[in-house]
Amino acid sequence: MKRKTLLFCLFLLALCACKREHRVFDPGATAAQPANGTVMNDVMAGATQPSAAVPIQFEESAYAVAEGKRFYQAYNCVGCHANGGGAIGPALMDSEWIYGSKLEQIHSVIVQGRPNGMPSFANKIPDYQVWEIAAYVRSMSGQLPSDVAPSRSDHMPTVRSESSRPKEHPADENQQPLVPGRSK
Amino acid sequence: MTCLANFAGLFPGRQTPLRPVGPQALHIEHTLVLVFAITTIVYLIVMAVLTVGVVRARTKEPLPVPLTPDPSTERRASWAVGIALGITTLLLFIMLIDSFRTSHQTAVLAAQPAMKINVYGHMWWWEVEYPMDEEPYRMVRTANEIHIPVGAVVDIHGTSRDVIHSFWAPNIHGKKDLLPGYQNDLTLRVDEPGTWRGQCAEFCGLQHAHMAFDIVAQSRKDFDKWYVQQLTASAEPTTSEAAHGREVFLTHTCVMCHTVRGTSANSHVGPDLTHVASRSMIAAGTLKNNRGNLTGWVANAQSIKPGCRMPPNPMPASDLNDLITYLESLK
Repeated sequence: MKRKTLLFCLFLLALCACKREHRVFDPGATAAQPANGTVMNDVMAGATQPSAAVPIQFEESAYAVAEGKRFYQAYNCVGCHANGGGAIGPALMDSEWIYGSKLEQIHSVIVQGRPNGMPSFANKIPDYQVWEIAAYVRSMSGQLPSDVAPSRSDHMPTVRSESSRPKEHPADENQQPLVPGRSK
Repeated sequence: MTCLANFAGLFPGRQTPLRPVGPQALHIEHTLVLVFAITTIVYLIVMAVLTVGVVRARTKEPLPVPLTPDPSTERRASWAVGIALGITTLLLFIMLIDSFRTSHQTAVLAAQPAMKINVYGHMWWWEVEYPMDEEPYRMVRTANEIHIPVGAVVDIHGTSRDVIHSFWAPNIHGKKDLLPGYQNDLTLRVDEPGTWRGQCAEFCGLQHAHMAFDIVAQSRKDFDKWYVQQLTASAEPTTSEAAHGREVFLTHTCVMCHTVRGTSANSHVGPDLTHVASRSMIAAGTLKNNRGNLTGWVANAQSIKPGCRMPPNPMPASDLNDLITYLESLK
């Protein structure tokens, strides 16, 4: 009886662990469209729009984050931001976030570009890949669980792996809602 | 021996070690046939003796227990075991010496002056680079198709851009691992014109099975013609469809990974497409290079090679059509 219970618990545990290994090769026609404009924050003209659902599944799959890491090299993010320490562009592994630390904020930075050098990647990268890169960027400062963040690099390791970095605490972590009473 | 070697003629395939087209593959094939012949004969003899033993034991009266050893039978048995042991040792030594000889003979080719080709294994395709005289303007880069002159000694410098792959064209030579961060050399020669297929022989991930290449052995004249043609920049579009196709290529996601020399597309993540229409296969030997396959590949490569690095590219049909027209014009 005891053994059966134990086996059942192990089975349940195995079910829980599935998301991390969830791999999507064909994200479907909508997600594969080249990325284009996203809403940056709550401040907007006219009536507020219902915010689009943020695809957090990219932050839960080790495969998606690893893909993000590959794109970070392939699309030459590394050229300006280095491996997170920053060079021409700002560092990504610290707690300072000029345009916000949320997944959708990083997504819009990549898609729209930002003053003083960050180019816009609109129409150049499929949307799902932008989300994967954004998820990886978050893992650089320890924002993702360590079982999802990459634990190794293809090149010679010069810094601690993303999975073993301490979590940085960005200033906007406990942001107050802009309109009192309306929860984000 | 030669009689046995001739059975290779039964398999005229373009991806088999039984149809050698180079000196090294010939030596390897000889060793293969020798070892196969010896082991087959030994196997048959062992099986025959075993069968005789089983049949005789069934027909004969059961032996009295306890057994009383008969000195003359004992002596005969000792002789038989001794002779069998001697023959086994001799056969093993024959195979050992032959194997040494083959390794030596496949290696001596490396001492000759050779044409250099760099081969980089990628997940899941082959990048091929001709660094002629180490001059940048004489450099040719292509993918999944290695053109070489017949009879020329060719030095393949192999390495990997990601995980361990293995370069194996069985008609020409043995396998050679391609390792990240390390260069492995393989010298080969092809004596028979033709297109010989090779494949990755080291499991390298999801699409390992769809990672093939062609070695096109052609006359020196044809090779030079091919090489000069590959040196040129991409063809300018001649029709309005192709011109629009180029615009789609340059303003869409394609430029993030591919190169088309003569345009602003200049990334080395994916295969060089400057002369993509001159290649006979696409997707690393997976599909024939024709309009239908190319369209399917560009539109949704994930349905053909799930997990490969090429993302799906949903776009309006007219754009896709013009893009393929442009790609087909890149002869």
